[in-house]
Amino acid sequence: MLVIVVLLTSLALIPLISILSYIIYKGAPAINLDFFTKLPAAVGETGGGIGNSIVGTFVLILIASCVGLPVGIMAAIYLNEYMPKGMYSSTIRFVIDVLLGIPSVVIGIFAYLAFVKPIGHFSAWSGGLALAIIMIPIVTRSTEEILRLTPNSMREGSYALGISKWRTILHIVLPYSIKGIVTGIMLGIARVAGETAPLLLTAFGNHFWNTSISEPIASLPAQIFEYAKSPFDDWIQKAWGAAFVLIMLVLLINIAARSLTRSRLKNVD
Amino acid sequence: MAQRMRTENLKAWYGMNQILKGITMDIEKNAITAIIGPSGCGKSTFIRCLNRMHEVNEGTRVEGKVWFEDQDIYAQSIDPVELRSRIGMVFQKPNPFPTMSIFENVAAGLRLHGIRRTSELNDAVEESLQMAGLWNEVKDRLQHPGVSLSGGQQQRLCIARALAVKPEILLMDEPASALDPVSTGHIEDLAIKLKHQVTIVIVTHNLHQAARISDRTAFFLSGDLIEYDNTKDMFISPSDKRTNDYISGRFG
Repeated sequence: MLVIVVLLTSLALIPLISILSYIIYKGAPAINLDFFTKLPAAVGETGGGIGNSIVGTFVLILIASCVGLPVGIMAAIYLNEYMPKGMYSSTIRFVIDVLLGIPSVVIGIFAYLAFVKPIGHFSAWSGGLALAIIMIPIVTRSTEEILRLTPNSMREGSYALGISKWRTILHIVLPYSIKGIVTGIMLGIARVAGETAPLLLTAFGNHFWNTSISEPIASLPAQIFEYAKSPFDDWIQKAWGAAFVLIMLVLLINIAARSLTRSRLKNVD
Repeated sequence: MAQRMRTENLKAWYGMNQILKGITMDIEKNAITAIIGPSGCGKSTFIRCLNRMHEVNEGTRVEGKVWFEDQDIYAQSIDPVELRSRIGMVFQKPNPFPTMSIFENVAAGLRLHGIRRTSELNDAVEESLQMAGLWNEVKDRLQHPGVSLSGGQQQRLCIARALAVKPEILLMDEPASALDPVSTGHIEDLAIKLKHQVTIVIVTHNLHQAARISDRTAFFLSGDLIEYDNTKDMFISPSDKRTNDYISGRFG
């Protein structure tokens, strides 16, 4: 039994490790200071970087998080704390599950029709909103699962002190489940950080620095897409480099969030 | 003795099941009232109705009146949240807040009621822990997690937490049933000491415990109040045959 488990575990790790090591092997040589700070070079020129794509990805994640996280977390709190049973909440849960399964390109088309077409041009905020739509069901579902795991005795203990429901949620339930919630947030961010299709239809891409959220904005996945399908060796090399940066970015966000939520309490021996 | 609470024809449901079938009884001030009876007789539900904790679960319903001083606590004008800060509760299983230190656990109620001054909190935490007989054991490690304590200490921590908001009544739902005999002894001594400051209603499975600590005992059976009397009288000469059967161990 143990042998099988070990065998299958290593089997599962093979793709992970091979993808990671291949990306590092191919991508790391492209990394230098210019790569992080410079704009993309024109065809035929050497040098240049993807600084605008890195900033763009941050901007897009920020917009998506500002919209998606509050909505997703509040929805989960509502579903678990205020309306755990009944037609209304099971309908919401069903819709969220459906939303989880919608291909991201479809969400891209929706965002294109809803946000881009009426305005008349691509924009960073429409990309951010498209990503938020992808993020909401992931965050809601994972947060709700975590909230369901919190022991009810804790809530009762709080009610019995004359603490109101929302204060109980805010000061007792959420601190207890914050680690799990953050893990769900990370899943959501990691998922949208690599989304390409919806961004091509909304944020589009941009070869220049852009600080306005109403203009098209560059992003790492869109940049990887553009570079990887090009016939130029230099660009393909840059696509690997950008993939490497993207993975590191997701990893860093993960580590940062985990260290932020580390327990404040002293460990007991 | 003065009465503190009175229930009138109190009925409670859990879903379709009627748990309480019309309980009318007085709870006396600065006394320990014990509620005894076999499992499922409605004794926990009864005390959960006294601070409106029964209704926090879904599908529950309460009928009848519960007078606290001169007010019906089920009246429209009563805020259950505010009521629960006057009628505290200790549960069967110790439930200190897992994310909080010993200090924070005791201070939680006060903090969430808006008390912020450190000196005030320090005093209140020390006083409550003293009252719960836990101060000497934990005074050097107030910043340790509440859940790092032993089961008996955790239960006394929960008592301290409940006392910190200065309730007038303390409801205890089998507070010692998950504890070892020594810890049980601590809790019992504590209850006897505390009754001069707060009125205590304690649900217990343990008849010896009821006999040892309570002034009045109520015997519940299948949602009815069978007998309610001074503890001594009830244990020496119960007037109802079913009470006699129960306390002499013939069922339950």
